[in-house]
Amino acid sequence: MKISPLLTILLPLTVATAGAQMAVQAELLYPMTGDLKPIEDGVVLCSKDGKIEKVGPAGAVPIPEGYQVLKAKVATPGFIDAHSTVGLSGILNLDRHDQEQLEKSAPIQPELRAIDAYNGRDPLVKWIRQLGITTIHTGHAPGALVAGQTMILKTNVPTITDPEKNTLRPFSMVASTLGPDGFGGGGKAPGSRAKSLAMLRENLLKAQSHLKKRKKAKEDETPDPDLRMDALADVLEKKVPLLITARRHHDIAAALRLQKEFGFRLVLDGASEAYLLLEEIRDAGVPVLVHPTMARPYGENENMTFTLAAKLHAAGIPFAFQSGYEGYVPKTRVVHFEAALAVTYGLPWEQALAGCTSAAAELLGIADQVGSLRAGLDADFALFDGDPLETTTHCIGVVIDGTVVSELRK
Amino acid sequence: MFLSLRYLFPLLVLALIAVVSLGGGHETPVPIRAYVGARIIPVTSPEIADGVLLVKGETIAAVGKRGEVVIPDDAEVIDVKGKVLFPGLVCTHSHIGKVQGGDGSSPIQPDVRVLDSIDVLDSTVEKARAGGITMANLMSGSGHLLSGQTAYLKLRDGNTIEDLAVRNEDGSMAGGIKMANGTNSIKGSGGSPGTRGKSAALVRAQFLKARSYREKLAKGGDDPPERDLAMEALVEVLEGKRVVHHHTHRHDDIITVLRLKKEFGFKVVLHHVSEAWKVADEIAEAKVPCSIIYLDSPGGKLEARDLEWKNGAELEKRGVLTAFHTDDPINDSRWFLRSAGLAVRSGMSRQKALEAVTIAGAEMMDQARHTGSLTVGKKADFVILNGDPLSVYTRVLETHVEGRKVFDLDDPRDKLWAEGGFGAGHKRRASGCCFTR
Repeated sequence: MKISPLLTILLPLTVATAGAQMAVQAELLYPMTGDLKPIEDGVVLCSKDGKIEKVGPAGAVPIPEGYQVLKAKVATPGFIDAHSTVGLSGILNLDRHDQEQLEKSAPIQPELRAIDAYNGRDPLVKWIRQLGITTIHTGHAPGALVAGQTMILKTNVPTITDPEKNTLRPFSMVASTLGPDGFGGGGKAPGSRAKSLAMLRENLLKAQSHLKKRKKAKEDETPDPDLRMDALADVLEKKVPLLITARRHHDIAAALRLQKEFGFRLVLDGASEAYLLLEEIRDAGVPVLVHPTMARPYGENENMTFTLAAKLHAAGIPFAFQSGYEGYVPKTRVVHFEAALAVTYGLPWEQALAGCTSAAAELLGIADQVGSLRAGLDADFALFDGDPLETTTHCIGVVIDGTVVSELRK
Repeated sequence: MFLSLRYLFPLLVLALIAVVSLGGGHETPVPIRAYVGARIIPVTSPEIADGVLLVKGETIAAVGKRGEVVIPDDAEVIDVKGKVLFPGLVCTHSHIGKVQGGDGSSPIQPDVRVLDSIDVLDSTVEKARAGGITMANLMSGSGHLLSGQTAYLKLRDGNTIEDLAVRNEDGSMAGGIKMANGTNSIKGSGGSPGTRGKSAALVRAQFLKARSYREKLAKGGDDPPERDLAMEALVEVLEGKRVVHHHTHRHDDIITVLRLKKEFGFKVVLHHVSEAWKVADEIAEAKVPCSIIYLDSPGGKLEARDLEWKNGAELEKRGVLTAFHTDDPINDSRWFLRSAGLAVRSGMSRQKALEAVTIAGAEMMDQARHTGSLTVGKKADFVILNGDPLSVYTRVLETHVEGRKVFDLDDPRDKLWAEGGFGAGHKRRASGCCFTR
């Protein structure tokens, strides 16, 4: 993608030579490694194939001649939205047109793939990209007992033509919802919490036998194909985590109970009342995708607190920030706006930044590719004219895989 | 002038206090509080780095630099060094207090008063106080062409709507009227319009009817028209006594409102105005104020697809009176100051953005002579902040309405409204309940 004239003005040292290697230089560079502290006058050198080669203070990392240099006050790794529905839940909010995040025809449908539902040309993808978000964990939304699959990809993919190439994880997690939000509605099962768990257990038991058959089968006699059971078997084999949206304390407890019974990898989502069960969550070793700080405090969320991220951090529970799913306006939230308010309500600033960069990558299992600025990782950056979490700061440039994908938007 | 008015006024006030205290004796003295040492942002006058806000009873008695404001001996002195004093926030468009308007029986219901529906003890009202809001326009929704009479409330600590109501000079409860056009009010069933053309026709027919009703009233005589609650409300609209608060998003819908205003001459405030940037010249020419919303992304419905953060800047450029609103629960009242931050991010001046959450809204509700800035003689409606109002890291520490503290972050119960937690969704004053963990 070409460098816009506007960006060239803002970044006076930019040399828009096609094929030139890129360097990023910032007054404050946040590699998001080690103690999370910034490097003053930091430099990152990138390779031609869009990877990070070298990171350090300008004095120690000279920029070779001919490099295209992007300069900013502050540079961070490209942000990660650890749980979104962008690309499936489109800007217009029109059923049967751009709302692909939820299918209520059956209560348990782990076979629904995110890669078959994603529209990378929806304007909301561009919206979050120009604000600094380069990687999203997106897919089927909360709202069914098992809604479907999620995936992880960069925000510069307009159409998924090759899932392995176009995504970081074409199948990342299976999304499940406990509590009333996951009920069938209109008399359809499940209609209660106990029924929800009975149905999940029944299906996971079936998946256990399916898995046994799958393991026993010889190459020439595979078991009957069953997309649904295959997806749940992947959960039982710990290939992908079960992402359970649980807001009330007793729903969180039920998720922990289910995890203990079946031994899958559990990621808690939303978890509005997690502050009541901090010890239990920590002891179970379960990470939390904390609800947006600005989530609306109604229904199952009525007891949510803006201090949840601070409390999880204090309790030593791994967490990351998310934009979540929005059914009306705003049609998507912006993950670092949510992280910013967690600072206002007690979370250390560096931890908030980590919650949408390095810690988010750890939680999603992609820390060897994105989320921090280390040699060998993807050259994904967000550049700012001030504190990246402050409302009045502008994102003046976004880079994915060593290519500028967005310039200042006024 | 050697002795500025600002300086003179507190002296006069002091003289008055002296006279009153000499004459009275057994009357309860009006409490005087001096908030000393804060950075004061009065909004309608320059910032004061190290200031004094003197509050006498319900009223602001003095605002000025430390050392220049005379603090009476009997004043309670409150040290607010390191903090920021800012006017109480004014929200021109809110749905707190479980407010309801018209039902599904018809698209135009001017007889319905939302004041008859509001639960002032609801937790949403507490949360609005925690967000620093001291005055709000409570409105019914946008599912009708006209969904009812709105209610202007001061968020005083009270038990009834009467306790909180803003009063007109005749003692009646103040409010405007809520109208809407575009998608939300087009339903195509139950008498509701199915198109934009029909929407405008239905509204025009009602206003024409109200015009004849008004003419009959004016004639008086032996045969006055029978009382008609709907027509009475619309006559108030025609006479400019009741402001139209008009939900509108798309450029063509905005222009339709301007056309109706021209035909019937009512006073109108445009609300949301997602596509204001497309017709900013026309809005400016019509001299119609705008109360706009800042959302973290566009869309959610077709007519909000083109919502732009630059609306504030574009309207400012053309001199349009511009306020912001929460539309709580669309934006929770506790995030209201973020709107000003987003506006500045997208090109609005700091001054106009600060006006847009205070004095501009007060003007749209015809209350600017009473509130909306830290000005001598106005009601003591203010917030104490721990930082700059535009910073995302800033929190509201206290909210004061008419000289009384209605929110204090140091109070554990108030803290629950400010931050959430177990029980924060409940109404206050629940007995035998939790509020602890």
